Amino acid sequence: TEAKMAELGAGSLPLGDPAFNYQEHELNERLKRLYPAVNEDETPLPRSWSPKDKYSYIGLSQNNLRVHYKGHGKNHKDAASVRATHPIPAACGIYYFEVKIVSKGRDGYMGIGLSAQGVNMNRLPGWDKHSYGYHGDDGHSFCSSGTGQPYGPTFTTGDVIGCCVNLINNTCFYTKNGISLECDIFKLNYSVFNIYQPNLYPTVGLQTPGEIVDANFGQQPFVFDIEDYMSEWRAKIHGMIARFPIGERLGEWQAVLQNMVSSYLVHHGYCATATAFARATETMIQEDQTSIKNRQRIQKLVLAGRVGEAIEATQQLYPGLLEHNPNLLFMLKCRQFVEMVNGTDSEVRCLTIRSPKSQDSYPGSPNLSPRHGASNTHLHTGADSPTCSNGLTPPNKSKNHSVTGSSSVKYPSAPSSASSSTSSSPSSVNYSESNSSDSTKSQPHSANSTQETSDSEMEIEAEHYTNGVVEGSSARIVNGTYKHEEILQPDDNSIDEGCSNGKQLCGGNQAATERMIQFGRELQALNEQLCREYGKNATHKKMLQDAFSLLAYSDPWNCPVGQQLDPTQRESLCSALNSAILESQNLPKQPPLMLALGQATECVQLMARVRSGSCSFARVDNFLH
Amino acid sequence: MLACVLLISNVSAAFVPMQEVTATSRHYVDRLFDPDPQKVLQGVIDMKNAVIGNNKQKANLIVLGAVPRLLYLLQQSSSSLELRTECAVVLGSLAMGTENNIKSLVDCHIIPALLQGLLCPDLIFIEACLRCLRTVFISPVTPVQLLYTDSTVIPHLMSLLSRSQRTQEYITQIFSHCCKTPEHQTVLFNHGAIQNIAPLLISPSYKVRMQALKCFSVLAYENTQVSMTLVNVLVDGELLSQVFVRMMQRDQPIEMQLTAAKCLTYMCRAGAIRTDDSCIVLKTLPCLVRMCSKEHLLEERVEGAETLAYLMEPDVELQRIASTTDHLVAMLADYFKYPSSVSAITDIKRVSQGVQTRSLPVCHLQLDHDLKHAHELRQAAFKLYASLGSNDEDIRKKITETENMMDRIVSGLSESSIKVRLAAVRCLHSLSRSVQQLRTSFHDHAVWKPLMKLLQNAPDEVLVMASSTLCNLLLEFSPSKEPILESGVIELLCSLTQSDSPALRVNGIWALMNMAFQADQKVKVEIVRCLGTEQLFRLLSDPDTNVLMKTLGLLRNLLSTRPHIDQIMSSHGKQIMQAVTLILEAEHNIEVKEQTLCILANIADGNSAKELIMTNDDMLQKIKYYMGHSNVKLQLAATFCISNLIWNEEDGSQERQDKLREMGFVDILHKLSQASDPNLSDRAKTAMQQYLA
Repeated sequence: TEAKMAELGAGSLPLGDPAFNYQEHELNERLKRLYPAVNEDETPLPRSWSPKDKYSYIGLSQNNLRVHYKGHGKNHKDAASVRATHPIPAACGIYYFEVKIVSKGRDGYMGIGLSAQGVNMNRLPGWDKHSYGYHGDDGHSFCSSGTGQPYGPTFTTGDVIGCCVNLINNTCFYTKNGISLECDIFKLNYSVFNIYQPNLYPTVGLQTPGEIVDANFGQQPFVFDIEDYMSEWRAKIHGMIARFPIGERLGEWQAVLQNMVSSYLVHHGYCATATAFARATETMIQEDQTSIKNRQRIQKLVLAGRVGEAIEATQQLYPGLLEHNPNLLFMLKCRQFVEMVNGTDSEVRCLTIRSPKSQDSYPGSPNLSPRHGASNTHLHTGADSPTCSNGLTPPNKSKNHSVTGSSSVKYPSAPSSASSSTSSSPSSVNYSESNSSDSTKSQPHSANSTQETSDSEMEIEAEHYTNGVVEGSSARIVNGTYKHEEILQPDDNSIDEGCSNGKQLCGGNQAATERMIQFGRELQALNEQLCREYGKNATHKKMLQDAFSLLAYSDPWNCPVGQQLDPTQRESLCSALNSAILESQNLPKQPPLMLALGQATECVQLMARVRSGSCSFARVDNFLH
Repeated sequence: MLACVLLISNVSAAFVPMQEVTATSRHYVDRLFDPDPQKVLQGVIDMKNAVIGNNKQKANLIVLGAVPRLLYLLQQSSSSLELRTECAVVLGSLAMGTENNIKSLVDCHIIPALLQGLLCPDLIFIEACLRCLRTVFISPVTPVQLLYTDSTVIPHLMSLLSRSQRTQEYITQIFSHCCKTPEHQTVLFNHGAIQNIAPLLISPSYKVRMQALKCFSVLAYENTQVSMTLVNVLVDGELLSQVFVRMMQRDQPIEMQLTAAKCLTYMCRAGAIRTDDSCIVLKTLPCLVRMCSKEHLLEERVEGAETLAYLMEPDVELQRIASTTDHLVAMLADYFKYPSSVSAITDIKRVSQGVQTRSLPVCHLQLDHDLKHAHELRQAAFKLYASLGSNDEDIRKKITETENMMDRIVSGLSESSIKVRLAAVRCLHSLSRSVQQLRTSFHDHAVWKPLMKLLQNAPDEVLVMASSTLCNLLLEFSPSKEPILESGVIELLCSLTQSDSPALRVNGIWALMNMAFQADQKVKVEIVRCLGTEQLFRLLSDPDTNVLMKTLGLLRNLLSTRPHIDQIMSSHGKQIMQAVTLILEAEHNIEVKEQTLCILANIADGNSAKELIMTNDDMLQKIKYYMGHSNVKLQLAATFCISNLIWNEEDGSQERQDKLREMGFVDILHKLSQASDPNLSDRAKTAMQQYLA
């Protein structure tokens, strides 16, 4: 993931100087390693001094990393400061930067520290409110006051001064030449839960001619071992989590955990495992075996690309379900079309390969007029654009976000939607993180990509989550087994992915192609009908467009929209269908395990937004192995 | 708390009256004598279950003589392996009890029996024996030497290291507790301890890693051979020092960080790692400073401070870095914020316990525990301050400016714990090297008073430090000099010069020397009177050169300013001239001879004293000899002497000049005025001018 992120980040910067690019690459790598919880789309990290946010006596050079003084330097009225381009994001947990004194100039009146935006730049850091600084001439520390406190040694030419902000306990300390001057750490006037407090920026101030300092925001290895300091806090926070008191409720917790595992297995249809688990733990399974097996069968069909059969089976086993979920049906049909192109759907398979399945088991156009599903409408209201009933993020939506394809949190573009979905239930808080890039990695086809495809991969990956619950790494394990398509089904004669890798449209069969085109028309008709009934739906339109676009290329598998053909794309649909079935049976549409995971992930993200620094060391994926 | 619990049980065990030895206990022992081996086995197993966690039961069984029987069963080759193993387990359990238990076990010769058991091929049995041995050996009451009496034991233990994680844990734990002297280090080293234990540092088991690490810390302590070997050891392709650095990472358990820091400290002090190596400056030192912070356990803070003091003692650069790291100087002030007296602690306890007063013995034991820690903390802080301030004037200033620092030292000097007194006086000594502090804070806080008190009655090690500090307080610019003089210090110092310890003799005479510098006639007379010429001359033939040098220094200081010279020489002239002759004739180093010639020059400066030289042709020949010596310093001192003798403005200068001219001194002076050394030629020219005037 990291490598990819860095690559993308570097790509967005001016190319040319290879040394500069290398440094940028190093910087990105280091920042990603130090601050994995920071979402730079939301809160970019400081990378250089700001040419805009500085006093006129300050000159910048060397990619805005070198600061020199160009004023008169007569007295303190000639002091001048510069802030970094961005404030320190709370999600850093612990933030650190270093400044090397290139020259102490005439008197060495240099201040290194922090200040909020708007603090007078005609001053050294530390002298004013919301401003902190460690000064070289006397070694004093200034905390929003004109008088400093004796703090550490003085510093001069050749010294490297570091400033470390701990956003967990809201303190700050400085370092000199890699030695921490910690201890009498001062408290920042900066409260954890007060998000109205201003953000602090790395700041440096100079006062006499000849003073030159170089900043290191991560461009180079730090002299002070900040990662070691971070590791202590990570261990502290993990210790706190591990030792969290649960008091008398030990037994209760065990039951809850067992229930979570069991329900997870049941949800995904691992019938035998679930039964064995229930037997071992002496717990009950809510759903009966047949129902689990049915769902399992339908899921396997979807994952094998045999969407037509899946629709059919659903209609047989759960009459009325799809009629009540026109959006889901539409999505399934769209997928069916894609699978036809792929040559995997049974309607075309039976034309290309011999098939025991009778084609007329699929009578003409399917039930095109879903009845108005009043019970489901409320599900649409949450999102800003109509989505399928189970709350899939539509692809066009994720397009709004980031070509950088950050692995981190995707927030809905409209805040209102976020809040409405949050309020409905924790599970409906949408869009989650990092696993998207994990799954990208594990995709078999991701290697064939240009920059562009890898971007689009990510976008589509973003829709991978249903109902805001992370299909976390644990889910990946499950999906991993699906992907091999090795699940044997009783009515399945040799589903062989190899044949679809022949990469010919509809398996290269004329009749199949015709059937596909006919099916396309039906799909178009269904869309029009839905538009009439429910109004225009941009998501559907986009979905349809994307699907039809496949036909515009001679080699659909290697075209800009070819990603749709990837078998992993079936997973989200599969889980949406599974959820819908469960909901219709009055069972939770998400397994509690995933809910808990989603809740925890969301909670950590919320912590970042309310500036609780510990979020950076309490990441959910730290606990998923 | 744990220590407290153990101590309670100790008390109860000690007071078990014989009649309380219950029938059940006896029954357990009786079953060990059953003729049916199967029943014996069951008896041992039942006994095992009965003693776990039951100290009373353990004591009972020991009193009833279970131990010899268990040992007998364990050693019998006819016993089944299962029975022998169970016996070892029960013995291990008994050893887990009180120190008395351990004593009884050791008295029953459990150690040779268990060591013998290690020769058995069965791993389970070996592990049970090792576990018991471990428990016995880590007890302070077990004589460490028992591990080394049989020379085949150590190699066998080394060979068992490869058997299992348990053998590794127990054996390394035994080693780390039983390596107390350089001889032990050498034995373990010669049997391949380093090669055998190094791989255990990356064991998957934390306990094994930890015990292996402890082994290295005790092996490397003040041992150059081990330390030099350690720096070149590779563990899985990584240098050992890097492995230690990794173990010091902040997310590692504190115990591990601290022990790894000790290893590197010892390697550094033994000269195997440079003091400016980044693993010392940027890793070990900050780690140890961190250990001193309030958030750690008292034991950790004590160990951290002591190790840090040891690490930087010889290196001013490390002292400077440490003094700025994490505000160490201020951080150490917290070490004094623990009650120092029993009453203070009892008060605290009373408040905290409220009505729920615990039983008396517990309370006392807890008090001892707390008091010990308060002492330990203070002595560690004093040691660290002493080390920090031993070279750098700025650091000393910083230390004395720390809140109540001088008061703390002053009260530390009179604390009940010798360890604290010693550390406090060390700290005072370190600070007394500062001219500025002598002039200011030392005087303001009248540190001489407790110091003098300390000198009255203290063990030698305290006396050495205290008298050494006194030397500095008696320097002429020290404002404490006067009050000290008035407190009758001379007698005390004179008695020190009669000590068997050379260090005390040096300090005694050194202090007298400092005292005599530019002193009043009265003081000088008092010194001579008190010391006695006999003692003075004994010191002049002292085998310790330092003592000799300081005694000569004292003489030289006594013999300054003309009236003093004449007075002393009139009463002691004969003996002094004799001593000077002896020293000049004997084999001594240049410094001694120079000092002696300077004394002679002082004598030559007296009015009447001059004659003692002028009438002594032998002495004049000696002076002549030294004027032609190959060493410029001696030439200079001898020339000084002549120059004083021929000085114009004094009575009888003409006669002296004539006599010396006859003896050929003018020629020598002439030659010396051409000397390449400017001081010497100047001195010779000045002397020549006396003839011209």
